[in-house]
Amino acid sequence: MTGRELPSPLLHKRSWSFLIDATVFGALLAFLYAMVAVGRYWFGAAVPAADISRSPSALPLYAFYSLVRMAAAYLLSMVFAVGYGYVATYSKRWQTVMLAVLDILQSIPVLSFLPGVMLAMVALFPTRQMGVEFGSIILIFTGQVWNMAFSFYASLQAVPRELREASRIYKFSRLQTFLQLELPYGAIGLVWNSMVSVAGGWFFLMACEMFVLGNRDFRLPGLGSFLQSAASAGDTPAILWGLAAMIAVIVAIDQLIWRPAIAWSDKFKFEQVESKEAGGSAVLNLLRGSPLLSRLRQSVLTPLSERIYLRSSRHPATQPDLPDAARAPLSHWRVVTGYAIPALLLALIACGVAAAFQTLRSITSTELVLTVQSAGATFLRVAVSLIIASAWAIPAGVAIGFHPKLAKIAQPLAQIAASVPATALFPVILLGLISMGGGLGTGSILLMLLGTQWYILFNVIAGAIAIPSDLKEVADVFHFGAMQRWRIVILPGIYPYLITGLVTASGGAWNASIVAEYFHFKGKVLSTFGLGAQISSATDSGNFALLLLSTMVMATFVVTVNRLLWRPLYRLGETRFRLG
Amino acid sequence: MPDPLIEAQHVEKYYAQEGQSRIQVIAPTDLAVYPDEILAVLGPSGSGKSTLLRMLTGLSTPSAGQVFWHGQPVVGPCENVSIVFQSFALFPWLTVLENVEAPLKARGVSADEREKRGMKILDTVGLAGFETAYPKELSGGMKQRVGFARALVVEPEVLFMDEPFSALDVLTAENLRSELLDLWSDRKLPTRAVFIVTHNIEEAVLLADRIVVLGKNPGVIRTDFRVELPRPRDRKNPVFEQIVDHVYKVLTRPDAVPVLETVASSGTTATPAATPKYQMLPHARPGGVTGLVEILYDGIQAGNNGREDIYRLADELAFEIDEILPIVEAAALLGLLKVSEGDVEITPLGITFIDSGIVERKEIFRKAALENATLIRQITRSLEKKANHKLSDEFFHDILDEHFTEDETVLQLQTAIVWGRFAELFDHDSKGKFFFIPEDDDEASQSVDRDENDAAVDSGVTAGPRS
Repeated sequence: MTGRELPSPLLHKRSWSFLIDATVFGALLAFLYAMVAVGRYWFGAAVPAADISRSPSALPLYAFYSLVRMAAAYLLSMVFAVGYGYVATYSKRWQTVMLAVLDILQSIPVLSFLPGVMLAMVALFPTRQMGVEFGSIILIFTGQVWNMAFSFYASLQAVPRELREASRIYKFSRLQTFLQLELPYGAIGLVWNSMVSVAGGWFFLMACEMFVLGNRDFRLPGLGSFLQSAASAGDTPAILWGLAAMIAVIVAIDQLIWRPAIAWSDKFKFEQVESKEAGGSAVLNLLRGSPLLSRLRQSVLTPLSERIYLRSSRHPATQPDLPDAARAPLSHWRVVTGYAIPALLLALIACGVAAAFQTLRSITSTELVLTVQSAGATFLRVAVSLIIASAWAIPAGVAIGFHPKLAKIAQPLAQIAASVPATALFPVILLGLISMGGGLGTGSILLMLLGTQWYILFNVIAGAIAIPSDLKEVADVFHFGAMQRWRIVILPGIYPYLITGLVTASGGAWNASIVAEYFHFKGKVLSTFGLGAQISSATDSGNFALLLLSTMVMATFVVTVNRLLWRPLYRLGETRFRLG
Repeated sequence: MPDPLIEAQHVEKYYAQEGQSRIQVIAPTDLAVYPDEILAVLGPSGSGKSTLLRMLTGLSTPSAGQVFWHGQPVVGPCENVSIVFQSFALFPWLTVLENVEAPLKARGVSADEREKRGMKILDTVGLAGFETAYPKELSGGMKQRVGFARALVVEPEVLFMDEPFSALDVLTAENLRSELLDLWSDRKLPTRAVFIVTHNIEEAVLLADRIVVLGKNPGVIRTDFRVELPRPRDRKNPVFEQIVDHVYKVLTRPDAVPVLETVASSGTTATPAATPKYQMLPHARPGGVTGLVEILYDGIQAGNNGREDIYRLADELAFEIDEILPIVEAAALLGLLKVSEGDVEITPLGITFIDSGIVERKEIFRKAALENATLIRQITRSLEKKANHKLSDEFFHDILDEHFTEDETVLQLQTAIVWGRFAELFDHDSKGKFFFIPEDDDEASQSVDRDENDAAVDSGVTAGPRS
């Protein structure tokens, strides 16, 4: 019986407790110091265009600044995702609208948010560094929040009915339902999507830390700006230093945060039987074994949560009945949410649309044609990059998934490779491309590929592992040829996973086009014909009309492709090729 | 008679549809739970027994009518009731003790008091020593013990149970049942009444002081009677067997007048849906029907004239009533067997059916289905009238939508597809979502394209919705 065994942290306890405590204490101290340092920097005078050093000695501080930005953006994303998912679930009136909004926002590339966000933030805090920093943080946020929100919303929808009924019949307050049912149920999805999101954040870090907006230059000290300055100057040693620093940070985060988070989230797995292997994490075990932390928990956290629960139990807000709530008469609040807010929103939307059209009036018909043509060009690139990625990732993924021994070697390698931000590799690849005489036209396909092929690979591996072995045995017993095996067993088996991978990869590729098609390099701008390049250059030159137009075209393209191509394919997978 | 703890007056559940007659799930029903009784509610799947439970607990609001708790109208979940769920509904991320403490936490009980009461109730249900385990480390029976502990820790006035033993194996269920009965008989349960929903007849007769049998389509109380057997009850007792048999009779004669009328509805009744009843295709596959008739046929050799008691038959085959009833209904619908007084008897047609080879069997099945199964006949005739012998799913959905819920409509069509294919009357294309009559240039032009769902109906014994 597993429950009877002595948990491993207890074994560590005696010999290691002092060291663990010292480490934890040190970490807390360092954290406090970091907060103070960041505070001083943020509240200092605004330096929108800092001089970016290319010396390796600047890297630790830059890495720290970038990390703080990433962490702040991530926390913001988490709060937003949970809040958005929660409201979308409970507010029947807003549900459809909120989901549609999410769908569209997801398809808008980071750079398109840039002018609005940046100008607003700088206007909000004109004299403090905070304004520029917040702008950058919100930009990173816009690149990572949407899939997390979707994930949490989907988890809330999938909470088993009887668990909901149990929490209703036992009169859980809203808070208790949230803490004991909804948040735990969504935890695993949130953790995995967090990893994807943060990886996306690294991808766009260069774009979010250093950019030109019309005649204003924004440069924030950080890893991204370091890499970009190094690339602009063609300083290969600096590029390599920057790359090394970034990879080190990513690997450290993987070990110190994601591994423990995954091991910890294992307890939220909604399963009735215990699974064989649960990935362990040494760091998590150490943290669990820390007497300091457990004392902190006992003397601060537990009493605090007791008090909160006690208070919330005194106001037993009746929980809404999710599926068929009886329509209550309109209360004052309902009048507000039911009529006033929609009316207000509609008015705002109308203003926004009017203003947008006002802006768009300066667009000439040639620009319009050009935008549509460039969208076509980018569309082709996305398609080619997906085809190339599938061409190698599907066979490789199936091979890895079918051979456990190979998987043991290949999977960790692939994970490290995937976590290296493709943008950081751009300069290196560009150098190679230029020396070979290739242009960015085809080069950008390679750059897109770098960022998106992993989604396909990982999903195909997961799919191949999920194919039941008796199906494979059938293929063996009847001596299926290679063709037959692929057509009858493998492709249908991995189909739903493959589609998921392709959807993610296609979205990623569209987004990546803004950095892949347009690049500051050795003091020049390298660009190619495409929608991504157009968005980037419109941002650079402060041409808001063109930026708005290209953003709209890109969002339309992505949403349309999603609706017309991916969704039907996905549904087909759900119904026809579902195993078990 | 004492005052009821919870009383439902004319509660009904229906789903209104735009511009169409509504779908009645539960017809206006009166039901009261009195102190000091175990009330068992029995019914085939689709009779809305779980819906009734949810309306009585206040989890679900009746479409019409009202539930009263000590004479007070119920709005939202009832005060002081508990539910034991079929799926246990434990929080996997909480330990056993935390699961049991959760309802107390919701009531603002202090940490010390919570632990004291939690440990005490765990001791009562035989889980002492497991308080720090997580549910996934426990067996099914242990999990349901946690479910009981969590339900009892709040000392509910009425303990509701929604098929609490049906996810457990037979021995575990038996064990848990008898422990529950012991606690009840010894007055160790802090509850005044128990309300259990089940589809296991023996379970109901073993446990209950009062049994309510529901009929389906729409759900309605067929009979409501007291069981006066002393406890512990013996399955071999002739009275016990008599009661079980009686319940079987009620369940197998869906069209007969209910044995015991419920309280006559007074004045203010809401009229039940006035839709003429559309025949419901029982969710049984042809293979299952053939198997059942074959068993009866074999009985002739054994010298019982091909007549069997359904209860005994189900018992021998280790079937629940939910599983065997659709097969019996289907075979009866096709005229392969006769149902009377809880017995089934093979008909001459049934004998011919079994004596024939596969091709003739299909012929018999085809004729019988066309003659007796409204939906099969409707699909076949409609397809024949079309020049290209094709009709979209939607067409039939629209017909059935008026009579069934959405889920049931889908199930009806799925069953029809399986029957149609077996009878070689029509086929279905799941990609194009249409029904069609295959070009029969050859006998072999059988179904080409079967979709997942059809296969599921085909392989499972029943595809009836679990209520």
